[in-house]
Amino acid sequence: MTLTLAHYLILGAVLFAISVIGLFMNRRNVIIMLMSIELMLLAVNLNFVAFSHFLGDAAGQIFVFFILTVAAAESAIGLAILVVLFRNFDTVDAEAIDSLKG
Amino acid sequence: MKTAYLLAAFAPLVGAIVAGLFGRTVGRAGAHTVTIAGVAISFAASLYTLFDVLQGNTFDGSLYTWASIGGLNLEIGFLIDTLTATMMCVVTSVSLMVHIYTIGYMADDPGYQRFFSYISLFTFSMMMLVMANNFLQLFFGWEAVGLVSYLLIGFWYTRPTAIYANLKAFMVNRVGDFGFVIGIGLILAYLGTLDYGTAFAAAPAQASRTVELIPGSPWLLMTVTCICLFIGAMGKSAQFPLHVWLPDSMEGPTPISALIHAATMVTAGIFMVARMSPLFELSDTALGFVIVIGAITAFFMGLLGIVQNDIKRVIAYSTLSQLGYMTVALGASVYSVAIFHLMTHAFFKALLFLAAGSVIIGMHHDQDIRNMGGLRKYMPVTWITFLIGTLALIGTPFFSGFYSKDLIIEGARFANVPGAQLAYWAVLAGVFVTAFYSFRVYFLVFHGKERWGTAGHEFGMAGDDQTSHDEPGDEAHHHGLKAGDKPHESPGVVTVPLVLLAIPSAIIGLFTVGPMLFGGFFDNVIHVDSTRHPAMAELASHFHGWFAMGTHAIVTPVFWLAVAGTVAAWYCYMVNPALPRAVKSAAGPLYRLLDNKYYLDRINDVVFAGGARLFGRGLWKIGDRGLIDGVAINGSARLVGWFSGVLRLWQTGRLNNYTITMIGGVALLLLFVVWPLLRG
Repeated sequence: MTLTLAHYLILGAVLFAISVIGLFMNRRNVIIMLMSIELMLLAVNLNFVAFSHFLGDAAGQIFVFFILTVAAAESAIGLAILVVLFRNFDTVDAEAIDSLKG
Repeated sequence: MKTAYLLAAFAPLVGAIVAGLFGRTVGRAGAHTVTIAGVAISFAASLYTLFDVLQGNTFDGSLYTWASIGGLNLEIGFLIDTLTATMMCVVTSVSLMVHIYTIGYMADDPGYQRFFSYISLFTFSMMMLVMANNFLQLFFGWEAVGLVSYLLIGFWYTRPTAIYANLKAFMVNRVGDFGFVIGIGLILAYLGTLDYGTAFAAAPAQASRTVELIPGSPWLLMTVTCICLFIGAMGKSAQFPLHVWLPDSMEGPTPISALIHAATMVTAGIFMVARMSPLFELSDTALGFVIVIGAITAFFMGLLGIVQNDIKRVIAYSTLSQLGYMTVALGASVYSVAIFHLMTHAFFKALLFLAAGSVIIGMHHDQDIRNMGGLRKYMPVTWITFLIGTLALIGTPFFSGFYSKDLIIEGARFANVPGAQLAYWAVLAGVFVTAFYSFRVYFLVFHGKERWGTAGHEFGMAGDDQTSHDEPGDEAHHHGLKAGDKPHESPGVVTVPLVLLAIPSAIIGLFTVGPMLFGGFFDNVIHVDSTRHPAMAELASHFHGWFAMGTHAIVTPVFWLAVAGTVAAWYCYMVNPALPRAVKSAAGPLYRLLDNKYYLDRINDVVFAGGARLFGRGLWKIGDRGLIDGVAINGSARLVGWFSGVLRLWQTGRLNNYTITMIGGVALLLLFVVWPLLRG
């Protein structure tokens, strides 16, 4: 059996779905939320790589590099914000952090 | 020549500005010097203008275009003819006398410069009014004299009564001005111009045009216009029922009462109607209205003079009555006689007021005639000049008032407009009343026992019950002569103007009656349609010179009525002082009616002022607080608050909800994009 584009796309979709479910199911921990978002980005990356390979266009893979770099920066900033958040609220529980409520 | 006109109008303005804005710098002496100089220049220029006009040099032209709106030019211009020149001389001469007199009267007042500034400003305004050649400038002067009158009635602004009086004067005049503005508007709308000459020339063509104020009842356009204009005159010239402000205006300083509220401003309405004679001649209805209003004022206001005890108020009611006489003359189409009476009245009434002011100075600001008496010995100049003024007022033959008043009565007899008969009897009866109240004051003030310092109110028909409600000048009554004090004659700046006014009061009638009324003086200025209104022609045919008229008086009822009034006053207040009191108690209801001035003030207070207040309260509660504040302002704020309250429900502050919303939104967008592809 050969691996076709559809397999890759289905894998990406499954990964994306897992991350969305992770966001939905997890109501408390902000770290898990960040991880889910990372996973979402990885799913997108997988689609890029797959399309790039099957269409013979290198541009998709270049995009992946950028996305990975940005995702790394983003999670670094996200974790830094989390640290500050924890210092202020003594928790990373998303339910407890609702000061923005109008 | 134009220089003279400009000087006459603007010299007092310069004086007013200097005294008003730089009063502190120029000081008291500076203020009165500069204003008197301004008015003196104006007087000289007016005299020059009068002689110039008598040479035949009239002038009608615009000097300056103030604004041009569409086809309408708003201009400042002068119309100089015999009528204007006469008015200019009357205004400036009386004003000059009053300026000089004021130096003495206001000597101790802290508002000295302000006062001079105001009266000079008044002179300027009045000159603009009489010299105008268009309705706009007339209206400017009209309002400006009203403003100065307001300022001067309330000159002693710390007295609540003065503030009440000036507010009242202003409001009542607003009612009149409302009619006046409508009249001017009608002229502009139908005659298409504000210029006198053009309007008068265009008026006859519109004589039979009608307008329907109430659908289905056509009125002659000229009738409506003239009545509206006359309503303005009723406010300014204090005709019934808009007269209520004039007696209260006596709250102002006496020089003002003489200048504004007797001699000049209140005659502006008379002047205006005479000026508009080409319009008024076109409507018998309007003339009938004028003559009836004049007759009511002349007779009923004179009656009120009998029961007043404040010396200035008696003269104020006398002024009302005399203004009524002038109005009767206007209604009888003898406009020139009205102007003639205006002129003589200006002199003798200014004289009476200034003499009364002199008495008030002598009495240390006690104005109650019941506290006076026997002043003849102490104030000889005041006494003799007051007597001359009184004789002129009641129409003693050969005095100035005789000629003008007698001709008005004759004019009313010959008039043929509706209501003329009523007016004739009213003015005839008014002669007796005038003589009675004038000599009542004269006897109570200058003759009889010396009652000052005793506060004994033994004379007069009025009792003490009067003081509570109609003598708001009470504050001034607190001082007065103490027991043992003697009144003394006023200083020269007071008595000299008295003498200078007494001379024309006595003799000006002799010289001017023939040439001014029957010598073609007002030809082409005052227009009388002699076929329809023959009164003036009748007067002319009966006139045989001033001397014949004076001697003929002895066989007329007018003369004997005046004599009867004088004798009655003498009997009541010199011989048998118990009689007035007996009459007072016998005619209780009638007396109370007079004492309360026919309850007009009460009616105005309750109906008009009360109605206006009720209306205002309604507007405040329903319109302002209910609609504007409640619905528009607070209502819109509440709406926004409610709406944002709904929006706030979305802002839970929970990350989960936000993520769900976000993902749901993405999903929806995706669906939105993909759905057509899937179907297609």
